[in-house]
Amino acid sequence: MSVLLEVKDLNLEFKTSRGVLKALNGITFEVRRGEVFGIVGETGCGKTVTGLSILRLLPRSAKITKGMIKFDGINLLDLPPSEMEQVRGGKAAMIFQDPSSSLNPVFTIGSQLVRVIRQHTELNAKQAEARASETLDAVGLPDIKRIMTSYPHQLSGGQQQRVMIAMALSCRPQLLLADEPTTALDVTIQAQILKLLRDLQKQFDISVILITHNLGVVAQTCDRLAVLYAGRVAEIGSTHDIFNNPQHPYTRGLMNAIPKPGSRGKKMAAIPGTVPSNPGEMTGCPFAPRCEFAFERCSMETPALLKASEGHLASCFLVEHAG
Amino acid sequence: MTNLIEVHSLKKHFRLPGGWLSGETKHVYAVDGVDLSIASGETFGLVGESGCGKTTLGRMILRLIEPTSGKVIFDGKDITAIEKSRMKPIRREMQIVFQNPLSSLSPRLRVEQIIAEPLTTHGILSKERIRPRVIELLEQVGLGRQHLDRFPHEMSGGQCQRVAVARALALNPKLIVLDEPTSALDVSVQAQIINLLDELKKTLGLTYLFISHDLNVVQHISDRIGVMYLGKLVEVGDAQDVFDEPLHPYTQALFGAIPMPVVDTKRELKVLEGNVPSPVNPPSGCRFHTRCPIAQKMCQETEPALRPVRGARQAACHFVE
Repeated sequence: MSVLLEVKDLNLEFKTSRGVLKALNGITFEVRRGEVFGIVGETGCGKTVTGLSILRLLPRSAKITKGMIKFDGINLLDLPPSEMEQVRGGKAAMIFQDPSSSLNPVFTIGSQLVRVIRQHTELNAKQAEARASETLDAVGLPDIKRIMTSYPHQLSGGQQQRVMIAMALSCRPQLLLADEPTTALDVTIQAQILKLLRDLQKQFDISVILITHNLGVVAQTCDRLAVLYAGRVAEIGSTHDIFNNPQHPYTRGLMNAIPKPGSRGKKMAAIPGTVPSNPGEMTGCPFAPRCEFAFERCSMETPALLKASEGHLASCFLVEHAG
Repeated sequence: MTNLIEVHSLKKHFRLPGGWLSGETKHVYAVDGVDLSIASGETFGLVGESGCGKTTLGRMILRLIEPTSGKVIFDGKDITAIEKSRMKPIRREMQIVFQNPLSSLSPRLRVEQIIAEPLTTHGILSKERIRPRVIELLEQVGLGRQHLDRFPHEMSGGQCQRVAVARALALNPKLIVLDEPTSALDVSVQAQIINLLDELKKTLGLTYLFISHDLNVVQHISDRIGVMYLGKLVEVGDAQDVFDEPLHPYTQALFGAIPMPVVDTKRELKVLEGNVPSPVNPPSGCRFHTRCPIAQKMCQETEPALRPVRGARQAACHFVE
């Protein structure tokens, strides 16, 4: 499979009132055509900022200091804003956690969709409307005529998220970025949306980046994934390899921290301590202070991504020791 | 074991605004007839999707919301019949921890003041004995003297939730209602808080009502669980039994929809179609019949009662043997 998106050594910092916060410290990964790629991590690990960097939707206080984002052959970081506008929503689209705050409350669903389609395609008003209904149908919404004339508040959360997905797909993108698309939804609705994303990925033959904190969601939906910690990739590989043979102590810690059937009455394996507040200032491995296997070298130098098996890398010195 | 809490046909119907001119008043049937008992020293997990009434039920048990009808018996006393002004001594015995510690702790108070507040309100300790008690409580929840002067915004989410737990413990309550206590936290911190709650329960002999939509967490911490759908309990039983073999079709659908953190090609998410109907206008008969895969004609007409099936297990479905 060929590579659609390549992110290389991405470094990003925020200017805050308390100084510079280095949020991303060398993120590297690639997304292949036709796969669902997961980006997983806890609050503050940089997963959302990574997503926003790809579409260059960053707030003003953020600055990319180093790195490259190559999408379909072009480095997005070199594009002038006008050309970036055509990529955003056109060839690459994004959906967010809370659909009710992503939709405009004063316009009907139909008019919002038509506007997006006309912005990015040559279609006339009538054709755009036809495309809008067609896409709403593809995301499994019933009674399209009524939905087209409805306002966002007249739909349920699950339906709103389906509309967001329809809007993202309406210009036939190659890449769909979904940032915590099911976190605001109930489990039964979450299952519907995850199944829909998988089905649409096949039907439209697109790549999907799924950003989430929920390991269960990743295991159920993604082909490959990257685990982020403190603005760096801790581990990357196929979902199968990472879940069956996790290499990084942080990945293992995360997996053990989830209650599983049969764990009742037993103490849960929590990861001690908390996430570093400014990881860019640390020397050595950012996970070392919380790691039970840390040794001297871990606090001196930062481990690079080391190969555990074909396509499965982890940023930990112990991978090297394992062979 | 004696029952610390007994709930008898408890209902809460919230009146919707408007309707005076049209001559029609609408109600949200948030909790619509719940019977439930929680034994002393037990952790009872209450699960369900948003809008099913689990939070309203939890708050009625503490009488933070006045029930429309029904009874709550707490430690042998009918607290729904007591005058409101005489609730104060009873409130000492029941406490609550909320979902988001950053909004349930006052941003203007320091940790010491936050934890001391229930002690001063109820006036049970003399002034000089308050600080040692606050420190003792902080140590009980894994914090210490060094946190006394902090403001909530100076601490992490996990630490704030520990403070909220310490405040709930201050008056030595018998019952703590935990309303989504870990939903705002990251998994690694969530595990720390769950371990803490488990430990405190063992050492202090507490009773928990644990409300959550996270079924994995509920399964881990609870002795018994109750599953709610649109204001009604649809299944109650031993936590392990319900998880191993859910009997009600809704419980089955709910558990089938949890994404598990394991890669198993055989396990596909079971997708339950449709949305939760509005509690303003709940379906006739069995409330789940609009989404139920095994619904028959009788389900639209007759409402199944929550009845004992297989020993201590209860389910509200016509077709559970």
